[in-house]
Amino acid sequence: MAKLGEFYQRDRSLHPPALTPVYKTSVARSPRFSLISLENSASETTGPTFGQGDIAPGDNDLLTNYAADGETAIGERILLHGRVLDENRRPVPNTLVEIWQANAGGRYRHVKDTYFAALDPNFGGCGRTLTDENGYYCFRSIKPGAYPFRNYVNSWRPAHIHMSVFGSGFVQRLITQLYFEGDPLIPHCPIIATLPDKSAVEQLTAALDLNATIPLDTIAWKFDVVLRGRRSTMFENRMEGN
Amino acid sequence: MSQKLDYLRETASQTAGPYVHIGLAPLATGIEIFDHDLGLDIAGPNAKGERIRVEGRIIDGMDTPLRDALIEVWQANAAGIYAHPEHEGEVEEGFRGWGRSVTDFQSGEWRFDTVKPGAVMGRHGRPMAPHLNLWIVARGINIGLHTRMYFGDEDAANADDPVLNLIEWEGRRKTLVAPREVRDGMPVYRFDIRLQGEGETVFFDV
Repeated sequence: MAKLGEFYQRDRSLHPPALTPVYKTSVARSPRFSLISLENSASETTGPTFGQGDIAPGDNDLLTNYAADGETAIGERILLHGRVLDENRRPVPNTLVEIWQANAGGRYRHVKDTYFAALDPNFGGCGRTLTDENGYYCFRSIKPGAYPFRNYVNSWRPAHIHMSVFGSGFVQRLITQLYFEGDPLIPHCPIIATLPDKSAVEQLTAALDLNATIPLDTIAWKFDVVLRGRRSTMFENRMEGN
Repeated sequence: MSQKLDYLRETASQTAGPYVHIGLAPLATGIEIFDHDLGLDIAGPNAKGERIRVEGRIIDGMDTPLRDALIEVWQANAAGIYAHPEHEGEVEEGFRGWGRSVTDFQSGEWRFDTVKPGAVMGRHGRPMAPHLNLWIVARGINIGLHTRMYFGDEDAANADDPVLNLIEWEGRRKTLVAPREVRDGMPVYRFDIRLQGEGETVFFDV
């Protein structure tokens, strides 16, 4: 029997619902029945673990991880850093963080992306890292460009980076997107408009972090991620876990 | 008025988008950056139990398979133990219990090669029938969908499973049970996931 604490219930009023017609693809890809609510068992409180053997040094450096020797990607050089915390403000250590993004012109290195903007021969667009014992992570990259997508005729995604995070239990699994402070496309984006709560949008917007900026080298952005919290122990008939 | 609770709020989900492969399965779109993609080997060579294949499609409300989805699995080993430091018991060296697959760009087929999990102890000492925990993301899916796959050759265990029995509409329980067939000597469980409409798969808020 698992002794791991159960997770706090997910507050679905913060998350986009499945059906959001403003984002057209969601219409045919959203369940019509309600979700069935499950109390946590070991299937929910456990999840995969990752270690240094899973990744290589340099996997978190998108400036160079696809570049030819001596070259780097073209674009605004950025440091993206932050912490992965849970709702109890505890750091989530040794968890896998994966990111992917378009290049500086808004073009993805993907067979299905046919946008006119050119590929950058020195930029792949993916990175991964493990958080340290304090839940801290760091990537080096270029700031992605905005790009058009087929939703309305004139829909453009704001500059964004996709992020995937694990946590310690499989039901903490989260994929999200981070946006950049001050981007005027944010209020026009149909995908951001799926979020029912304006404060959730703020939480997805990385802040310019001049303190972490490297002078004459790289501009820094700070983005903290919050995963679901858990009770510290699971006693099924004694719920005062914390 | 009262004090404010000082919990943080969970970061909101956003769709994984059509190019999820770049970050989570780069080899699928031809990007060679990492030594290896993660999630390709679920059980490892030392795992005990029956070697099986699990495969299917993810079908939208217009009866069209998704060709840009990503699916992850989390499962116990054949003894019903998860590869997690705080779950009681040991797993075989190399057994991860976690895997990741993307749907084929043409056919929409996904698949996992793994071992059949054993029954896992559930709440209140009630065993759960063998199952896979699945999580699906894709363009048009705003927050990952959690579901479970149960095994079509486990009728007795499935009939007693505490989670299946939570589903009030008995007719919907079968959307979580994959039939077994044997193909070229390999047991194969076929599990199509229907996102919407007739035969809609049961999804969980876990």
